[in-house]
Amino acid sequence: MNTTTHTPALKEWPLWEVFVRSKQGLEHKHCGSLHASDAQHALQMARDVYTRRQEGVSIWVVPSATISASEPNDKGEFFEPASDKVYRHPTFYVIPDEVGHM
Amino acid sequence: MNAPVDYLLHLADNALVLGQRNAEWCGHGPILEEDIALSNNSLDLIGQARMLYQHAAEQIGNGATEDTLAYFRDVPDFRNYTLCELPHMPLMAATSKGDRDFAMTIVRNFLYSSLMVLVWDQLQASKDTQLAAIAAKSLKEVRYHLRHSRDWLLRLGDGTDASHAKAQAALDQLLPYCQEFWTTSPQETAALANGTGIDMATLQTDWNQIVDEALQEATLKRPAAGGFVPTGKQGLHSEHLGFVLAEMQSLARQHPGATW
Repeated sequence: MNTTTHTPALKEWPLWEVFVRSKQGLEHKHCGSLHASDAQHALQMARDVYTRRQEGVSIWVVPSATISASEPNDKGEFFEPASDKVYRHPTFYVIPDEVGHM
Repeated sequence: MNAPVDYLLHLADNALVLGQRNAEWCGHGPILEEDIALSNNSLDLIGQARMLYQHAAEQIGNGATEDTLAYFRDVPDFRNYTLCELPHMPLMAATSKGDRDFAMTIVRNFLYSSLMVLVWDQLQASKDTQLAAIAAKSLKEVRYHLRHSRDWLLRLGDGTDASHAKAQAALDQLLPYCQEFWTTSPQETAALANGTGIDMATLQTDWNQIVDEALQEATLKRPAAGGFVPTGKQGLHSEHLGFVLAEMQSLARQHPGATW
């Protein structure tokens, strides 16, 4: 009997990122992460943890290890060049009144 | 047409007592997510109990409310299955202290949910329209309880040697208590007679199938039938219910009418 090895579950269970789509929303939004033994397990846990206040109508779980992320160190070259290009926002157009809200 | 009060209390007491038991995990779950899952389960059950008590209280009148029914009745008045009141630890004297065993929790929730998906499904056709509505709402909840507990049953049974042994031990202890499902109590007979209840005997084949399929997948062995048949739904309980009620009712009894 394998009763002597008590590895904490969290060390054996991989991490999953949880995305929930709300009733009004079109897209799934990242809302947190959790440890689970497999995808099905992660889905059920996400249901219990992240949708108990009617937050959502659909859940995605993604193994955290499969996500490639930008490096904080790359912030300068990745994001700062955009900061002085205000002309990329469509804020310089005059919208005719007839168009109404857009 | 209203279901007999004792029949509503039987359904309500099952939900309240098991809800109270599962709430014992609140803050003590094996992992955070499971802590929340068991609390969710508990709140579903207590919500079901509330609706049933409110329905019963209307018929009882005389100032009866959901609170008087939950907090000011004593052990012999409760009509829950003995299964629902047992502690989460392998069976022992009620005054002994032991560690909660997650396998006991899972096996019990699985056995009870397997029954209630069938009960609530049929009660949707009850001649008591309010009970039928409660059944429709409860069915959705208990379907998830079954899914949750069945999933864990498979993981424990078909997991490590240690988890398999615990799941098998829990099953050996708890399955005999399910024999109470198939005996008939006066309140069930009365409910069946006026078209508000159901014939429990007709659910046995389906229940066996749900249980046996899961046990097979979980590589667990079904213990032989037989032995003592519990009588909780007739008000004759194990020594454990008194301790459950003592804890659950103490606040309401010390501070009657307390609100916050």
